[in-house]
Amino acid sequence: MRTLDKLREALIEGKVEEVKRYTQQALDEGIPAKTILDQGLVAGMNVVGIRFREGEYFLPEVLLCAKAMHAGLDLLKPLLAGESAQNAGTIVLGTVKGDLHDIGKRIVKAMLEGAGYEVIDLGVDVDTEKFIESVKKHKPLVLGMSALLTTTMRYMKTVIDALQEEGIRDKVKVIVGGAPVNEEFAKSIGADGYAPNAGEAVDLVKHLTAV
Amino acid sequence: MKIREMAYTSAQEMIFGFAKKPVTVANGLTFGNGKVIPEVNFTLPPMDLAHENVPEIRERFKDIANRIMERCVEVQQEEVVIEFEHLFDMTERPDFGAQLTKDLKEVIETYCQSHGIKSALRVTVADIRDRVRPPRMRSGKEIKTMLRSFELCADAGADILSIESTGGKEISDNALMIGDVEGLLFALGVLGPRDMDFLWKEIVSIARRYDVVPGGDTACGFANTAMQLAHQGLLPKVLAAVVRLMSAPRSLVAVEVGAVGPLKDCGYENPIIKAIAGVPISMEGKTSACAHSSPLGNIAAAVCDLWSNESVQDVKLLSGNTPEVFTEMLIYDCRLMNTAIKEKRAEILRDLMVHSDRFLDPQALVLDPKVMYEAACVIVNAGEDKFKQAVAVSRYAYEVLKEAEATGKIRLRGVEAKWLEKIGKILERLPKEEEEFYANVKSRYEGHFIPEEYGLN
Repeated sequence: MRTLDKLREALIEGKVEEVKRYTQQALDEGIPAKTILDQGLVAGMNVVGIRFREGEYFLPEVLLCAKAMHAGLDLLKPLLAGESAQNAGTIVLGTVKGDLHDIGKRIVKAMLEGAGYEVIDLGVDVDTEKFIESVKKHKPLVLGMSALLTTTMRYMKTVIDALQEEGIRDKVKVIVGGAPVNEEFAKSIGADGYAPNAGEAVDLVKHLTAV
Repeated sequence: MKIREMAYTSAQEMIFGFAKKPVTVANGLTFGNGKVIPEVNFTLPPMDLAHENVPEIRERFKDIANRIMERCVEVQQEEVVIEFEHLFDMTERPDFGAQLTKDLKEVIETYCQSHGIKSALRVTVADIRDRVRPPRMRSGKEIKTMLRSFELCADAGADILSIESTGGKEISDNALMIGDVEGLLFALGVLGPRDMDFLWKEIVSIARRYDVVPGGDTACGFANTAMQLAHQGLLPKVLAAVVRLMSAPRSLVAVEVGAVGPLKDCGYENPIIKAIAGVPISMEGKTSACAHSSPLGNIAAAVCDLWSNESVQDVKLLSGNTPEVFTEMLIYDCRLMNTAIKEKRAEILRDLMVHSDRFLDPQALVLDPKVMYEAACVIVNAGEDKFKQAVAVSRYAYEVLKEAEATGKIRLRGVEAKWLEKIGKILERLPKEEEEFYANVKSRYEGHFIPEEYGLN
């Protein structure tokens, strides 16, 4: 089996040490870093994504595979030139003010990181000022807001209005999620998108950030 | 008080409507004394809880309570419990939560006087300590605010005090995401029980001071989170089933330090605690589908004493708004169970409810009263150590699932079966003593929890 095949298989199995070993072996064989990335790591994660969607993998397997991918990527980064060395982009996430629900947002974060995005997690009970400050500082491609309560979901509009007032609304895509939220609500508050679960949140981010 | 003996002598003895130790609130309404009583919970529609909206929120609360009570009158229901489950702001601002408690109690009392409806108000205070991670469970200002909230609500008319406490959640959230069984044991077998012991001594003390009932606590943030993740295909159902039983020793602590029930609805581990301690329990199932789906619709009712809808947001339907609509649904659920009791056919109905669900999902299987009773025995036989109890009951859950799979009672997908094997192996190699376990895992979770906040070093 070729080294890249072994690398891909190791990644699909979530074997962190083997991914490191085969990534190094591929480099030693003179395979370009970009090829290792595309045909080894990215190709492997694509299979992981399919297995997750088809119910063969659960979240723990996906996160383990993502960890393996990052272990390989760390070896490639110094050798990747220009855009290839960059992550897929920065995303800022937070649960809105008055709401302490965390785990759904954390799962979205983990899935986005698995897809190659850098994620800034502002935590829970995040107020407008903190969202605005983070958007200005990190210049994310996407701002994601989560709410699990009917009494906190409307705060998402407060944040979107504040982005408008600050003149930075057109600099960032805004997505929303959480049990009481739906597509209609997202549209009504001026968000760019809504995702009902973590997997679809990743697809939505990819769609919104596609050049 | 550590419980060393079982309240029940067999699973067959356990049935809906009857608890070994019935509980009575101030107005004489009794739980677990031969009747299942509906417990209604509601939440607000989209609106914000800012100070300037308090008058509108109060009116809305009173209106909802009036509609619930009116529906009780219409369908001739004489007993009902309303649960007021705080949103975070209502605990964060104790006067606000207490005012709403007072408003609800006034409506309840009005209907008691005008129509003779015996009602009770359960107030569930929010655990606001989880705002910052790692949380300060004992030393932060949040615990003082929470206890103040309990106190003011008890004074304002609460009949029953409850909470879904979060000790250990800072570990379990991540442990669930990565399927870390040891992390879950650390959260539910080490941190959770310590926090429960600390917190519930305080709650019981407040309840006694105000002569109200210290109800109980649920592992909602742990086991129900697992159930929901499994429902979304993010976690194996077998793991959620094991976590359910693993959570029971932790929830039992409230009763060990003075809670008397009725335990709160979303604790599907409640039948285990009922088997051990004889306390009445509230449960939720098919009529809580408004809040979340579950594979436990009928089986959850098998040994309940109160029957709840979990929570429903106040929106208009054709026959009225959701709180009164779900009140009516709960009433008819309860009426059927109570008729079965009256006509001495309760065991038949109980068994039908169990049989309808138990082999369709691993999480339903572990809710079978026979499994719950045996799990209770395993906990009692494991001694007083909470870690040992959690390990023993988790192993028991594994064995039940394994046996059911081997005999073809339940069918597990290949990936579920692999997870069950994995869970079994992890449980098998655990150290016997908590001290050794803690020494093994402490560095792994360092920085994610504050040992001193749990009385650990």
